[in-house]
Amino acid sequence: MITLEAVQFRYEAMLMHFDLQVARGEFMAVIGPSGAGKSTLLSLIAGFEEPVSGCIRIADIDMQGVPPDQRAVSMIFQDNNSFAHLDVWTNVALGISTSLNLDAERRAHIDGALERVGLAAYKTRKPTEISGGEKQRIAVARALVRDKPVLLLDEPFTALGPALRREMLDLIRDIRAEKNLTILMVTHQPEDAEYAASRVAFVDAGRVAHVLPTEAFFAGTAPSKIRAYLA
Amino acid sequence: MSYRDIRIGTALGLILIAVACGFLPLLWLGLAYGFSGFDAYLPRVAGFTLKQAFFSTFLSLGLALPVALAFARRQFAGRNALLKLFSIPLALPAIVAILGILGVYGNNGKFGGLFPVYGLTGILLAHVFFNMPLAARLMLTRLETIPAENFRLGAQLGFTRAQVFRYIEWPQLAPAVIGIASLIFLLCTASFAVVLVLGGGPQATTLEVAIYQSLRSDFDPARAALLALAQLVTCGILILIAGQFAKEVQVFPRSLAHVKRYDGESVYAKMLDYAALGVATFIILPPLCNVVATGVTRIEFDSSLLRATLTSFGIGICSGSIGLLLGWVLADGAGPRSGKRLRAAITLACLASLIMPPAVLATGWFVTLSRFVDVSSFAVALVIILNALMALPFVWSALHPALVENAQRNDTLCASLGLKGFARLRLIDFPVLRKPLLLAFLMAVIVSLGDLSAISLFGSDSLVTLPSLIMRQMGHYRMDAAAGTAMVLTTFCFVLITLAQSWSREQ
Repeated sequence: MITLEAVQFRYEAMLMHFDLQVARGEFMAVIGPSGAGKSTLLSLIAGFEEPVSGCIRIADIDMQGVPPDQRAVSMIFQDNNSFAHLDVWTNVALGISTSLNLDAERRAHIDGALERVGLAAYKTRKPTEISGGEKQRIAVARALVRDKPVLLLDEPFTALGPALRREMLDLIRDIRAEKNLTILMVTHQPEDAEYAASRVAFVDAGRVAHVLPTEAFFAGTAPSKIRAYLA
Repeated sequence: MSYRDIRIGTALGLILIAVACGFLPLLWLGLAYGFSGFDAYLPRVAGFTLKQAFFSTFLSLGLALPVALAFARRQFAGRNALLKLFSIPLALPAIVAILGILGVYGNNGKFGGLFPVYGLTGILLAHVFFNMPLAARLMLTRLETIPAENFRLGAQLGFTRAQVFRYIEWPQLAPAVIGIASLIFLLCTASFAVVLVLGGGPQATTLEVAIYQSLRSDFDPARAALLALAQLVTCGILILIAGQFAKEVQVFPRSLAHVKRYDGESVYAKMLDYAALGVATFIILPPLCNVVATGVTRIEFDSSLLRATLTSFGIGICSGSIGLLLGWVLADGAGPRSGKRLRAAITLACLASLIMPPAVLATGWFVTLSRFVDVSSFAVALVIILNALMALPFVWSALHPALVENAQRNDTLCASLGLKGFARLRLIDFPVLRKPLLLAFLMAVIVSLGDLSAISLFGSDSLVTLPSLIMRQMGHYRMDAAAGTAMVLTTFCFVLITLAQSWSREQ
């Protein structure tokens, strides 16, 4: 579903080089030290950054020169996933129509998505008036109405407590199963990767150093660099 | 009562006395004479004051908006240099800029005859010259606090340029725009030098200048009082309105990296952005070039220039020191430890010179003092005090954030160690605050160096500063000498502002 071939990107003095393949319907976690290039990897796939060279394909289409909104991708960030001055409903509605041109069917679609993520009661609230977990649900609901086959998560639940994080991961897992989404999730919490992902990519010093099945990643037999990071 | 309370009380008391001496005699005179001095003149002047302030504000903001958006969106070679150019009018004494504008658009200028430079058009041009860059910079500061994710989200959702403005940029600007507009409206309402030189006769004069003329040319304190009351009411209402609209401004943690933008890639969008920057540059650059080009070769190193320089610096250093001291005590008093009321009172005290523009305060002082003493023998002191009050808003804005941060960072530790009084000042406050203090002092000196209103109201043949020397030389049609003096004044201001900027960057 997602292919990166010899993708090079320069960030200040660091030359990054990514090769990665993610299968359709796969839930892959991305783990690695701070500054290793995890978020850059997602930004390249989402189209927020353009590689110097190499090729990124999503659903077998070359993404070179394709602007972010025309890629089959939704992304959820760690912060600022919503516009603070717009209410919850409008924030989700922007996922369908940026001019807020909405017929009855689309409105129902938005209501359904809010229902699905448990925000139905908060439609008219502003993002500043709801909790951190609820804020991230706005982004999930918007991804639902956008209905893109790839979902990129950039540490979206880092600021939440363990129980809430588990709850959000369950929501994401359920949605993945329903829609057969392909998910790439950057996380700093190994237990989240262990809980939700089927494979884990280890990013180190601007490279995808290893991609392992989750069990193998957390086993004692994993490469020494991974064990050093996890310890 | 602690030493700190006494300190704050004294500073507040001094400002209250200064304001009361300015206000009460006006009220008394106004009540005594009633509307006897009221004729067609006052409404006409008041009307023109508001009219020019309205159009100045409208034009400044209207041009500043596309300029700020362009600066926020674009990275281009020379961006920093252009931003620096935009900061020059903020430090340039009004009289110097006016000289530059006259040099370019006046009868003998390169673009002379394009439009009448005396009257409303000239006043508007000068006000836009000063306030458009100010508004653009204030707006840019707001735009730079927009988190990168907002633009990424916009790119992912496929926002058009207009939608980026509607959903991302405008909501960030909106809470600040009314504040910026009322600040500029206030500055233009109280504008003195611009209207004094470029205004023409009773058709194009403002309250501030009319007060000066009543006091200095017509020797009619009663009329000055009436005009001053009108000015006070206007500014008071403005501040009230501005306060009503000043919403709680949302602040995001500022990101250090440059925020990458995805909008405005079309040729049309680029053309619009660069056109806005081009027009703005064309307003700012020619008068500046004119000042330098005509000034450099015409400096007359004579005794009057030397005396004016020494007088300017003497007054500047005195008023800067007083302004710094008052501002430090007050900004410290408005820290997080103080109550809401005290903080409100202190903010109001620091803005006194905006609510009561110099001519209003000066009229009151003049009326008060002239009953007991010969005002001219106190002229230097009055100019210094007035300049210090005029500098307070700037001292405040330079010091207050630094003091709040210092208090938040060090108060608890200092309290637990029992570090207070002079020991704390020497070990903690002074080393930490050295740079903001210097910055505040320099800004106060710059305000004083460029001041023309206080010196016009109280100055005399024996009390001449650089700006009033320029006025005198212009009055005698010695435009070359005026250009030379303007160059000297500009150089001083420039050196000071460069020092101030390099210090504030290091913070």
